[in-house]
Amino acid sequence: MSAHAPSAQAHEGYRFARADELHPHDKRVIVGYGFWIWLISDIILFSAFFATFAVLSENTDGGPSGRELFSVTTVAIETACLLFSSFTCGIAMIGAHAQNRAMYYWGMAVTFVLGLAFLGIEIHEFSELIAEGAGPTRSGFLSSFFALVGCHGLHVTAGLLWLLTMVAQVWAKGFREDIQRRLLCFGLFWHTLDIIWVGLFSLVYLVGVAPQ
Amino acid sequence: MFGKLSWAAIPFHQPIIMVTSGVVALVLTSVIVWVIVKGHLPYLWREWITSVDHKKIGVMYVILAMVMLLRGFSDAIMMRAQQALAYGADGFLPPEHYNQVFSAHGTIMIFFVAMPFVIGLMNLVVPLQLGERDVAFPTLNSVGFWLTATGALLVNISLFIGEFARTGWLPYPPLSELNYSPGVGVDYYLWSLQISGIGTLLSGVNLVTTVLKMRAPGMTYMRMPMFCWTTLASNLLIVAAFPILTATLAMLLLDRYLGFHFFTNDGGGNLMMFMNLIWAWGHPEVYILVLPAFGVFSEVFSTFSQKPLFGYRSMVIATMAICVLSFMVWLHHFFTMGAGANVNAIFGIASMIIAVPTGVKVYNWLFTMYGGRVVFSAPILWGIGFVVTFVIGGLTGVLLAVPPADFVLHNSLFLVAHFHNVIIGGVLFGAFAGYQYWFPKAFGFKLHEGLGKAAFWFWITGFYLAFMPLYVVGLMGMTRRMQHYDVAAWHPWILAAAGGAVLIAIGIGCQIAQLIVSIRHREALRDVTGDPWNGRTLEWATASPPPLFNFAVIPHIEGEEAYWRAKQRALEQTRLRDEPEYESIEMPRNSPTGFICAFFATILGFSLIWHIWWLVVLGFIGAWGTFVVFAWRDHHEEVIPAETVARLDRANRSARTQRIAELGASS
Repeated sequence: MSAHAPSAQAHEGYRFARADELHPHDKRVIVGYGFWIWLISDIILFSAFFATFAVLSENTDGGPSGRELFSVTTVAIETACLLFSSFTCGIAMIGAHAQNRAMYYWGMAVTFVLGLAFLGIEIHEFSELIAEGAGPTRSGFLSSFFALVGCHGLHVTAGLLWLLTMVAQVWAKGFREDIQRRLLCFGLFWHTLDIIWVGLFSLVYLVGVAPQ
Repeated sequence: MFGKLSWAAIPFHQPIIMVTSGVVALVLTSVIVWVIVKGHLPYLWREWITSVDHKKIGVMYVILAMVMLLRGFSDAIMMRAQQALAYGADGFLPPEHYNQVFSAHGTIMIFFVAMPFVIGLMNLVVPLQLGERDVAFPTLNSVGFWLTATGALLVNISLFIGEFARTGWLPYPPLSELNYSPGVGVDYYLWSLQISGIGTLLSGVNLVTTVLKMRAPGMTYMRMPMFCWTTLASNLLIVAAFPILTATLAMLLLDRYLGFHFFTNDGGGNLMMFMNLIWAWGHPEVYILVLPAFGVFSEVFSTFSQKPLFGYRSMVIATMAICVLSFMVWLHHFFTMGAGANVNAIFGIASMIIAVPTGVKVYNWLFTMYGGRVVFSAPILWGIGFVVTFVIGGLTGVLLAVPPADFVLHNSLFLVAHFHNVIIGGVLFGAFAGYQYWFPKAFGFKLHEGLGKAAFWFWITGFYLAFMPLYVVGLMGMTRRMQHYDVAAWHPWILAAAGGAVLIAIGIGCQIAQLIVSIRHREALRDVTGDPWNGRTLEWATASPPPLFNFAVIPHIEGEEAYWRAKQRALEQTRLRDEPEYESIEMPRNSPTGFICAFFATILGFSLIWHIWWLVVLGFIGAWGTFVVFAWRDHHEEVIPAETVARLDRANRSARTQRIAELGASS
């Protein structure tokens, strides 16, 4: 058997890899891949809260149901804020890729404002509900509603903190390779929050107000 | 100022707890003082605490598991002693203390013994077997370990400050709700599991990425050693199941802290939802634990039978089948819920189906030994003990999967005997086999063989004596978690079980002695070549202990059992392949991020348990700040110069060359 025609039967185990066979600089792929795996786990976390909501959505304990509580107009504005922030986040990522600071900062700034607006509306909605006596302690339905929507809100809050950190990082360190990798993860995270919100908007709010 | 914390939290009136705490505190203090006085602190900090080396993190996981095994086992001894004495009497543990003991025993054994043990072995071995220099995310790996340690620390703090849960190892509501468990016990349980659960999830993400994305060139999926396959399956399960645990415990926390109504009796809560959610995590969890053990046994049977693993492909398929099926059987933990005959039948059948791939595995292990030249070393003894014991545990499991039988046996000691049968006989024996098998790789010397065998024989006889009687009393109607009883017929069996616990204690004593004796005689037990067992997989291709960078030159894999083939070739030609050209290697720098983060997580957890809100804020800011500081770091890597690489590799090559010459001369 010549050395040029190795077959599965006659292989000699292993040889030393040549430098060009290694991919030590695929770090971007590895980091992105690992972050995707984590995002999947985060989606599973949400699925547990979704399942709980599905089980408890009729358990109003004599209290108000979604039909009486939800204002689709407010939630539509909220949704618009978040979806548009995904677009501006995408703009910021293109800016980062092109190493265009103005585009990056403006994109991140608008994303931050929209995210903050989303959170503001959500907190307003929550405080109104609590003031009406429809807080999370009222019924199993409201517990699961507050937990599911609140969990998403906490994610948005963490995302905003992360966003500020990334702006500061680029400001201090520039578009370094490791910072680009973190931005890749941040972008994935922000878009995932959108996907989850689409599910939330449809299954909690739209189904919640649908006539029976 | 200090929330619910006051002097009343310390159980001064309970001599058992005070003496135990005193002894633990004394031992801890003397260890710390010894470390500081002897000047070992800089070494510990540099080489271990801040290390991001997967091998050292793996070793620290295993050390954590073994220390916690002592804690969990002392709980077990107390339970066996209590039941032995409490026939028609009160015993020596009052009910509220006994309930804490069995809750702590289960929690510790699953989360802080079995989990860190298997995660430690996976961390240590998988990058070596796949020809990698490190895991995908080394610093994250360190964070994961230290968060697990935080959880373990919080559980142990509960011994002295406050109390632990009295609700069993899974805190079923409504007992675990604030109305019925107003103390801090359940909160200790919840926060330590939330924190260590994050650590486990990080470790799962890390190892999945490591297996899927970091393999050496040529290491295709079907060339991966079996242990790497089971690691992949186990960590996929971690990624898919642990978020459910986090969500479930978060809901219970919301119930307890903010008055939500997830699992309460009133307010539209649904407590059976807790059983569904917790077991949707809990059943995959048992496979998270046992799959890596299956992987260890696959390596051990193959190495010590001196032949390739029988039915490699069927083993891969069986592993992945178990991985998927494990998510479809959770309801068999509560057939008595009353979901109806059809639902119970479906889950009963699904549970029995899991026995099929498991059976495939058992036959593969047996056929691996068949026709091989079996070396009856300590690791394969654990393996043979496992096959016999696990089959018995599996059969009682299939029996429990029959819903009508389960209605009779539910929550009896028959169930307790069953899951100890599979977890001790499967997970723990696997962990011990892996410990003895890979110890020389981690430390450069073998463990004492005779004491290892003695430990095995005491453990296995102790196991049978301790748990076979529990099957019997379970069938006689004895339920689990009884603080006292007055049925004369049970008493002799319970006494026998206590005798079994004593035998296991002797087994543990042998293991401690083995470690001490081995360290003292390490020169005689030295593994010079890095291949002490005539191994077949790549971890034996490098020195013991491996250098920081694992492989001087990354191997290019050309087929199955790459190291075995390369070794045969070297033996035929009576020489190693030519020396490669050494180049400098970049390795990740050490980082205290994990340790500092865990420090703040401990503060965070403790203050949440005791409602010290200002400290909660401080702890959170500290943890976040640690990450930001880490993110500000400019240099992530350090370079190991080519001369160092060459020097270390040449030393190992000369040892191997000498061994080849010896073997050539003797044949």
